[in-house]
Amino acid sequence: MGADPLPMLAIAVVGVPLVLGGYIYLSERLLGRGARKANSATRAAFWLAPALVLLLVFLVYPIVTTIVLSFKDATSASWAGLSNYGYVFTDRNMLVVLRNNLLWLVFFTLVTLTLGLLIALLADRVKYEAVAKSLIFLPMAISFVAAGIIWKFMYDFQPGGAKQVGTLNALITTVAPGFKPVAWLFDTSTNNAALIVVGIWMWTGFAMVILSAGLKGIPVELLEAARIDGASELQVLSRVTLPLLGPTLIVVATTLIIDVLKIFDVVYVMTNGNLGTEVVANRMYKEMFNYHNYGRASAMAVLLLVVIAPVMILNVRRFRQGGSNA
Amino acid sequence: MPSRGSASPSAKKGPAWPRIFLHAAVILLCFVWLVPSLGLLVSSFRPKNLIAISGWWEAFASPIKFTLDNYSYVLSRGHMGLSFTNSLIIAVPSTVMPILVAAYAAYAFAWMRFPLKEGIFLAIVALLVVPLQMTLIPVLRLFNALGLTGSFAGIWLAHTGYGLPFAIYLLRNFMQDLPGSLLESAFLDGASHPQIFFKLILPISVPAIASLAIFQFMWVWNDLLIALIYLGGTAAVAPMTVTMSNMVNSYGGGWEYLTAAAFISMALPMLVFFTLQKYFVRGILAGSVKG
Repeated sequence: MGADPLPMLAIAVVGVPLVLGGYIYLSERLLGRGARKANSATRAAFWLAPALVLLLVFLVYPIVTTIVLSFKDATSASWAGLSNYGYVFTDRNMLVVLRNNLLWLVFFTLVTLTLGLLIALLADRVKYEAVAKSLIFLPMAISFVAAGIIWKFMYDFQPGGAKQVGTLNALITTVAPGFKPVAWLFDTSTNNAALIVVGIWMWTGFAMVILSAGLKGIPVELLEAARIDGASELQVLSRVTLPLLGPTLIVVATTLIIDVLKIFDVVYVMTNGNLGTEVVANRMYKEMFNYHNYGRASAMAVLLLVVIAPVMILNVRRFRQGGSNA
Repeated sequence: MPSRGSASPSAKKGPAWPRIFLHAAVILLCFVWLVPSLGLLVSSFRPKNLIAISGWWEAFASPIKFTLDNYSYVLSRGHMGLSFTNSLIIAVPSTVMPILVAAYAAYAFAWMRFPLKEGIFLAIVALLVVPLQMTLIPVLRLFNALGLTGSFAGIWLAHTGYGLPFAIYLLRNFMQDLPGSLLESAFLDGASHPQIFFKLILPISVPAIASLAIFQFMWVWNDLLIALIYLGGTAAVAPMTVTMSNMVNSYGGGWEYLTAAAFISMALPMLVFFTLQKYFVRGILAGSVKG
């Protein structure tokens, strides 16, 4: 598509809203004036139709199809039974991939949650809270690709006796002159940790903001009462603040888990999954575009879905119980 | 919704934390969080030869030399200029379209009675957290069959579909909390559903729509995966995220270009962040069910 995109942009930004607006007025016409007050199901259908069609085409139909494809061979020509799943759980490279996702899951989630809580608690006690929180939250606004470049630069490594221009290696060699600079992204003992740090740097602000909002919701009187009763600050934290913050912590943790399972961009940009850093989403991408094995790629997607399914069920249940919002 | 804005005095009166340690800890954390971005920003203005032989923290020492060459190179020869436009072309419709479509559906869920209402809505709640990976192969095949791969129209539609569950969820919750008396009096005045929707509900919903719009815009702007898959590798339609990840592969350690490119891609989100922080944070908070 080398064509000038501007006419299409105009159609999308002006034309689509106009058509949608016209559509709903027209549907009202079709329903006739008598139906004005009646909450007819037909009218609801008109209002829902555009959304439902798009949801069916881009989510429901693909989900079903992917599940089916996961039981077929590389080109989806014939059935393959469970062989794709067998590959996912037994292939040696796949085991590394699964291990990495587990590393991400555990360390990313725990550290992000802890740091977010810590910063929320600390910032709550200083006057420049807003500024501090903005700074920590800022990485949420940028892309993982940009963050990847930022941190590749932090991790830069020059072999031999060359001058270290990467912040981290410069810091190490200055503070502890005996230390050798580390090839953070190449050394297999550090590269996964190095990638996870980037994720933590980006998402701590998210955990902090939500937990901070939760903190503000705790009545001051409760904390004061505990203090008057002679509780130490640590006891107030562990006996009052944390239990009250429990539900918020769970919401943040589930969000982090859902996101970390799908992690793709950081790994794609920083190591492209080489040297033992590959995760499920990156492997799936390679299966699609490098190896053209759609069966295996689908099985990996289904794996992600299955792991996330409990959260899905939890959300639905929570919603059913009448909670309108998180 | 949380985010009640300004700081409550919750713990200000809390007793003697050693104040110095407190300040030191907060300032240190802020500093640590800022350093990576600072290094990027400073380096993007430094000449190539200096980047290779001295750290960015030495930029203000002996030979102080800054330049815009990296930016002009990246914008023209590095395709970042074109990609910036592409990112905008992708992100604007991908924000407008799902919000409009979702607003209709949200209105129906909030204010109309129809069979299976609860069930359909629960299905949408379930769709909130479905990994997009589940959709990539079938949608790509569909796009290939329809000739939509590598086109803006295709990626607009995909982002619209993917953005809908959250948009419907958020707007429905907002609209449902509006007072029913508002609608009733409008009905009594003889207004039709479309009139009520466009003249009453939509204007009132602006705060929710603003949060949603910023959330969706930033999501699309920063997306790599969807663009990578549905747009292919074509440079002519590549957004900045795709162009940058190509640059990482081809320039390796060409820090002068990579840093400038990264900063160009960050400029707009940072502007949005600093000017519309309230809405942005609100959108993120509401999005914590989505992931």
